[in-house]
Amino acid sequence: MILLELFLSFFKIGLFSFGGGYAMLALIQDEVVTRHHWVTMGEFTDIIAISQITPGPISINSATYIGYKTTNSIWGSVMTTFGVSLPSFLVIAFLIYFIAKCKNSPVLKSILLALRPVVIGMVLTAAVLLMNKENIFDIYSYIILVVSSVLSYYKKLSAFGMFIASSIVGILLYA
Amino acid sequence: MVSAFRIFIEFFKIGFFTVGSGFVMIPIIQDTVVNRRKWLTDEEFMDALSVAQSAPGPNIVSLGILIGWRLRRIQGFIAGALGTILPSFLIILVIAMMANNVRDNPYVIAAFKGVKPAVISLILIPLIGLCKSAKIKGWAYIIPLLVCGGVVFCGISPIYAILLAILFGAIRGIRK
Repeated sequence: MILLELFLSFFKIGLFSFGGGYAMLALIQDEVVTRHHWVTMGEFTDIIAISQITPGPISINSATYIGYKTTNSIWGSVMTTFGVSLPSFLVIAFLIYFIAKCKNSPVLKSILLALRPVVIGMVLTAAVLLMNKENIFDIYSYIILVVSSVLSYYKKLSAFGMFIASSIVGILLYA
Repeated sequence: MVSAFRIFIEFFKIGFFTVGSGFVMIPIIQDTVVNRRKWLTDEEFMDALSVAQSAPGPNIVSLGILIGWRLRRIQGFIAGALGTILPSFLIILVIAMMANNVRDNPYVIAAFKGVKPAVISLILIPLIGLCKSAKIKGWAYIIPLLVCGGVVFCGISPIYAILLAILFGAIRGIRK
């Protein structure tokens, strides 16, 4: 049954992907293109492109899209999205229970403290990985990067304001 | 007490207006829950983020669940999950149902060429605040740089950095 297969496949993707969006791509591709042939490689590239211009985590985006594509019904999307998120629910529920139990443990405090610089490193990594040819491709992109950084540091411009401002700049420059 | 509906709405808004991967959403969630809503302190946010990054699956969903749970227990858990999942789900569903692709529209393409570099600043600038609240000083600055260098240049999975940090933290905690 296709719905169950979709659920299991995306449960697996959710369970074995650490480190967020970009780390999940290879796993999703292996599962939906190579193993199950639910979408072709070309369609998969389209899904990534759509994910980049739409909001939200790439794993949820591709799950929803592939679920609909393969079944032509919302239920396909529901199964894949639920499947890819369920491991998060289970693991986080366990961690909440665990952390509540050992809230005052010096070991847990020490672990959380040691994780902080690593988490900062991972966020930095995401920014560095995004500085690729696809996102920074001409002199204007550099200018937008610098100006938006200055604005967000000194003027505390909100993300939504930044989104609107930079899309207007984009239309004026490139359309 | 914060209502579950308010938690849902805040995450839903963030999810609806954030283009790009989940990483882009992290500083925006931080801005919302720490600066604007004052639900968590910077340090509490960092701890939630550490736990979310250590769990499998979409980080943003994990972060939403954790923050939701902190604020409103099981109701918050559900509100955080739905708030982070639903925006992407609905938007992609509409796109999948429509035959014509939004991304073929020349204005949409041009707008996103402007948005993409700005998105990088949205990730970079909040890092300054994160470093301060993480109380990183002196030689510890090398850790984020090592993690970044390892992932970007050597293709090492960040899981190893997380496991090492857990091991190091546990040993130091036991010794105390």
